[in-house]
Amino acid sequence: MIKVLEERKNQIYTKGKDTFDFACDKHSVAGSVSQRACVFCGSRVVLYPIADALHIVHGPVGCAAYTWDIRGSLSSGPELHRLSFSTDLRENDIVFGGEKKLYSILNELIDKYKPKGVFVYATCIIGIIGDDIDAVCRKLEKEKNIPVLSVHSEGFKGTKKDGYRAACDALLKLIGTGSTDNISRFSINILGEFNLAGEAWMIKEYYRKIGIEVVSVMTGDGRIEDIKKAHGASLNVVQCSGSMTGLAKSMKEKYGIPYIRVSYFGIEDMSKALYDVADHFSDNPEILKKAKDLVTNELSSLLPVLQKYRKTLSGKKAAIYVGGAFKAFSLIRALKIVGIDVCVAGSQTGTKDDYALLKDMCDEGTVILDDSNPLELSKYVLEKNIDLFIGGVKERPLAYKLGIGFCDHNHERKISLAGYEGMLNFIREVHASIMSPVWKFAPRNSASRGNTSSDAIQTSKCAGADCSPEACSSCGKF
Amino acid sequence: MLLRHTPKEEVKREALTINPAKTCQPIGAMYASLGIHGCLPHSHGSQGCCAYHRSTLTRHYKEPIMAATSSFTEGSSVFGGQANLLQAINTIFTVYNPDIIAVHTTCLSETIGDDVNQIAQKAYDDGKVPEGKYVIHTNTPSYIGSHVTGFSNMTASMAKQLSEHTGRDIDQLNIIPGWVEPADMVEIKRLSAEMGVKIVMFPDTSGVLDAPQTGKHEMYPDGGTTIPELKSTGDSIYTIALGKFASEQAAQAIDSKCKVKYDMLDLPIGISATDRFIEALAKRGGVYVPESITKERGQLIDIVTDMHQYLYNKRVAIFGDPDQLIALTEFLIDLNMRPVYVVSGTPGKYFESRIMEIAGNKVPEIKVKNGSCADAFLLHQWIKNEPVDLLIGNTYGKYIARDEDIPFVRMGFPIVDRIGHSYFPTVGYKGGMRILEKILGVLMDKQDKDAKEEKFELVM
Repeated sequence: MIKVLEERKNQIYTKGKDTFDFACDKHSVAGSVSQRACVFCGSRVVLYPIADALHIVHGPVGCAAYTWDIRGSLSSGPELHRLSFSTDLRENDIVFGGEKKLYSILNELIDKYKPKGVFVYATCIIGIIGDDIDAVCRKLEKEKNIPVLSVHSEGFKGTKKDGYRAACDALLKLIGTGSTDNISRFSINILGEFNLAGEAWMIKEYYRKIGIEVVSVMTGDGRIEDIKKAHGASLNVVQCSGSMTGLAKSMKEKYGIPYIRVSYFGIEDMSKALYDVADHFSDNPEILKKAKDLVTNELSSLLPVLQKYRKTLSGKKAAIYVGGAFKAFSLIRALKIVGIDVCVAGSQTGTKDDYALLKDMCDEGTVILDDSNPLELSKYVLEKNIDLFIGGVKERPLAYKLGIGFCDHNHERKISLAGYEGMLNFIREVHASIMSPVWKFAPRNSASRGNTSSDAIQTSKCAGADCSPEACSSCGKF
Repeated sequence: MLLRHTPKEEVKREALTINPAKTCQPIGAMYASLGIHGCLPHSHGSQGCCAYHRSTLTRHYKEPIMAATSSFTEGSSVFGGQANLLQAINTIFTVYNPDIIAVHTTCLSETIGDDVNQIAQKAYDDGKVPEGKYVIHTNTPSYIGSHVTGFSNMTASMAKQLSEHTGRDIDQLNIIPGWVEPADMVEIKRLSAEMGVKIVMFPDTSGVLDAPQTGKHEMYPDGGTTIPELKSTGDSIYTIALGKFASEQAAQAIDSKCKVKYDMLDLPIGISATDRFIEALAKRGGVYVPESITKERGQLIDIVTDMHQYLYNKRVAIFGDPDQLIALTEFLIDLNMRPVYVVSGTPGKYFESRIMEIAGNKVPEIKVKNGSCADAFLLHQWIKNEPVDLLIGNTYGKYIARDEDIPFVRMGFPIVDRIGHSYFPTVGYKGGMRILEKILGVLMDKQDKDAKEEKFELVM
């Protein structure tokens, strides 16, 4: 029997069974095999897609090595972000401080690569040895005349969410420093979209089609100049609740720009994302009309195809374990369209509100998890007899070992899952994994039928006179 | 193209590392720990370190990687991580029930000065370590050495903290395989069995990181060196340590603690190095080399003979971990190829001297660099200035290979875009055949692809 940690009992909830107050936003228990990462990780993933900036990780080499080009955030132009720069701090630097090394390296790098801006990430050790990276950044900013921004992402100073915050602080320093001339009144910033597999391009195109100008995307296919003038937009459209809502709130306070939260994932959410923006600009009815046309047009070709998939996928069961809870909502809605039930849902960094909503959306008996670990995940996945697991890099081999289909909904995916096109891609990927003949050979399935794996080979029955070589392995006729 | 940023002109860099050809110590310690049966590796630091190491190992092995973390907070960074580690040890034994916990440090816990030895001792004293269970530990400051250093440190800690000299001699050899793949460890065990030599090998990640699909989540798969085996290393006749960077420290530790002498060999990659390994097995195990192994060697030499015209004078760039590169340099020279650029991010003076010893006379144009600023960026610049015919290294080499249109063979750590390294060895004569197959495959694919219509050959 798999045990659940006593300290974690309030972070696991079964709908319809448990009534306690759900605990989240907690630090992980020391010693648990958590799937969570750190503050630095949060900052790095948020800022990484800014393609014309130079990203340098100040610390020992590991933090830069592990984040070298791991995120499929595409750029339509410069690809400076894909290079991995590190100050590679050595023992001497730890003793005597790394400020000088940071300065001389950046001095050299800026001259060599001529970036439009620089992000300097502080790692754990910087918080301990006390390098004043802000001073180094200010000095270089003056000398080189480009923005040089410190990101206080010391790993131990909280969770990944605090890393998002540190990244947003850096962005906030950039915003407001550019010219807002010639920006349309019907304009938005897209926040929390990272252009994995080109998703931001697709979404920008949708908005362009309904007559909306996109001033900046933060940060997918991002450019320093665009971010500098982001305060010229009339509305912030925020995806990925965890990482960017804070920034939207700050921009509201500072520049009076209202924001709405959207998701581009799944038919309903994508359409709502267009309609909500159209509603905001209701003084221009043309926008709403165009949005309606776009949605109708897309759906008329998409829905019949999805219906076909629904036939085979209906009744299958899924487990979801993702970074932010907002993604889980969209996934649940999208899976419902093809008849897949979500029986296990969880996130690394959801908030109380997120989990309340998650509870409302789920059916009775669904298990909801905060900051889970492999033991718990495999326990519930097996108990619920799941057909498909949706998660990130650490969950994939877990699912596969259990003999369960998998879809990556994190950094490592190769296809776009946003928008209408993405919905089809997503369902195709889900279908490909769930329906793979490999599961027929998986020990889990032969065991559940009470057979050993060698028995499983024998399960096809001989149909007597109608026996065919494809169907029969037992009558010896073939 | 992705690396079009790489300028041809080489300028002297004082401090900057671009596109590192190494990573930090703790991941090596984590990998080594997974080679003990029933072990849960533990990262004493922030959560991110543990998550990154697990993700990187998962990408390389396509296996779930289990490891726990002390989950440092601001508080622990100010007041020290003792409370976290004690709580962690308690949690781990209560919930995950391993036979042994292998603790490694991080730059954070090292810099704030946590004494893991003392904390582990306290855990024993406070009764947090159940009867018959163990906590071992090693120091892996990320700002010294590289991932290879971390592997070496953890392997040495296994020897220091677990080997026992009871006075009764056991008729077995210790083999310390170095940082190689599970497939290589299987091959080393097979070769030893074929020779009729009883061995105890540590660490041994086979059966852990090449596990079959079972339909269950196995927290502790079947493989790995058991604790009784590790203890028995102190009573063995002799130790054979493979790869100086990853294994010598552990061999020394057994020698000084239990007076078991050791042979220090290169990794048995290629013909000459495998010959030396087989000779050492025969000598220290007191056996003759059986016909079956002579036959394997003959097969490898036969392939080289058949194809040597395609290998002659090809210029090769290799990068990665020092032990592999040393052995590979020798193999390439045995194949009549020219390893002209050799780059490793792992520091250590022995590297250059050993490479020069092997290649100095035969490939006078060879360029060798390791340690600070020896990175993929430098290698790319060298290649831009004077091209090569073949590149061998980990997955990160694919950027250079694509940019410069160079045939590329993946070897080393990490390989995150191809399969095979967990299942097919590169050590031993069989491993030599596999490397050769891969080298010839990419060289000839390139020849086929680039050949003009009239020069396009059917028989090669």
